[in-house]
Amino acid sequence: MSTEITTDVVVIGAGPCGLFAAFELGLLDIKCHFIDILDRQGGQCAELYPEKPIYDIPGFPVVTGQQLTDNLMAQIAPFSPEFHFSRMVNSIEKLEDGSFKLQTDADETFFAKVVVIAAGGGSFQPKRPPVPGIEEFENTSVFYAVRKMEDFRGQDVVIVGGGDSALDWTLNLQPIVRTLTLVHRRDAFKAAPASVNKMKELVADGKVNFQLGQIAKLDGEDGQINHVHLTTEAGDLSIPATRLLPFFGLTMKLGPVADWGLELNDNTIVVDTEKFETSVPGIFAIGDINYYPGKLKLILSGFHEAALMAQAAKAIISPGERVVFQYTTSSTKLQKKLGVA
Amino acid sequence: MKINVTDQAGDVHELEGLEGWRVMEVIRDWGLNIKAECGGALSCATCHCYVAPEWLDAVGAPSDEEEDMLDSVGDVKSNSRLSCQILCSDALDGLSLTLAPSAAKDF
Repeated sequence: MSTEITTDVVVIGAGPCGLFAAFELGLLDIKCHFIDILDRQGGQCAELYPEKPIYDIPGFPVVTGQQLTDNLMAQIAPFSPEFHFSRMVNSIEKLEDGSFKLQTDADETFFAKVVVIAAGGGSFQPKRPPVPGIEEFENTSVFYAVRKMEDFRGQDVVIVGGGDSALDWTLNLQPIVRTLTLVHRRDAFKAAPASVNKMKELVADGKVNFQLGQIAKLDGEDGQINHVHLTTEAGDLSIPATRLLPFFGLTMKLGPVADWGLELNDNTIVVDTEKFETSVPGIFAIGDINYYPGKLKLILSGFHEAALMAQAAKAIISPGERVVFQYTTSSTKLQKKLGVA
Repeated sequence: MKINVTDQAGDVHELEGLEGWRVMEVIRDWGLNIKAECGGALSCATCHCYVAPEWLDAVGAPSDEEEDMLDSVGDVKSNSRLSCQILCSDALDGLSLTLAPSAAKDF
C-alpha cells in the first residue's frame, strides 16, 4: 500500500547540514520531512566518524560527530521535523504548478513545494569487492545484505569479511545452509569477540569452513554463480558456491541524483551562491553535495548555505509574504517558536 | 619533497609534497583519482595505496586501526597502506606508491 505525504519541504539527507536546514526553515514557519538511506540521522558524522573529534565547528573547540548530531537534533526539536529512514529517493518530478513529486524505494510518494538535497557524498551503498563482472550476479546470487534468510537455505554460501556483519551472518545462516565458507584476508577480526569465538567453535566442529584469502573471480552463468575463486598465500583456490555475501561496509555513491536532470560538476550539483538553488528552480542543494566556485566541503559552509537557502525557499512557499529578518537573541516571535519565550 | 604516484591507469605523477601534509591530501590536491571520502579520519579505506617495496621500511607498518580499515577493501596486498596515514617528511622525499583500484572515485 503506497503512502502519500504532503509537506512544504523534503530534505534529502539527514546529515549535519540537512539537520540545520530544518532549524533555519523552522524559524520561517516551514515544515520539513527528511528522507535518508541510513537508519538514523547524522549522515557521515554518524556513519563514518561518530567518535572522531571535529575541531572546526564554530563555538565548539572540539565535538565528536555523534555529539554534533545530538546537539543539532536538540536544536531542531522545537520544529518537530519528521524522519523517514532506510529509504532512498528514486525520482523527482516537477508538477505543473511548480511543486514536486518524489518517489522513494519504500513505495512512498512525497509532494513538496521545495526540495533540498543535502546528501553529502551521495547515498551510502555497499562496497563492491574488486571482482570483474560481479554486477551480473548481484541480487540473484550475490547479495550485500540478507533480506530473506530462506534465500540461503540449502545453499553453498561464501561470506567475505571480518566485521560484525560477516560474523553475525556466519552464525545465523550456518544452521540452514548446505555449506558455509567464511573468507577473510587475515586471522584477526573487527567483530564482537563473542561472535568470533563462536565462529571458531563452528570451524573446530567442521560446521564452518574458514579460509584466509581474498576473492578474485566468480564463475557462473545467467546470474547464478557456481564457483568463487580466491587468492591465498598458498596459491589460488576455487570453492563451489551458489551464494556470495561480501561485507566490506559502505561507501558513498551519487546514485539516482545523477538522473534528476540537474546540472552536475564532477559528481556534485551546481548551485548559485545567493540561494544555493540548482539548475531546476525549487530544488536546492546544500553541504558537500553542491558545487560553486570556491566551494569548501566544510560543515560550517553547509550551515551558511542552509540559512540562505531557507530565505529563498520561504519566497517560494509563501509568495508575496514579506519576510522580516530577525535575530533569535532579540525576537520574542522567534523565541516563542523555539519554546524559550 | 617529492612523491611519485602511479594512478590506476598506470600513469606516473611526480607531486610536490609539503612537510606535515598527509600523502592522501597531496594526491587529492593534485586532482588524481582518489576518493578519500572520510577526509583523513581513518574511517574508510578509500585512499588505499601500495607502497613501493623499497619504501616500506621508511613508511613503517600500519597501525592496528589502519589494519582494521583495510578489511573494508578487497584488494589488499602485503604493501597496502592508507595514504592518509603517511605524513610527508624529508625522510620520505622520493616516496613511490601506486593507487589501489579501490581508491578510485567511481569504484
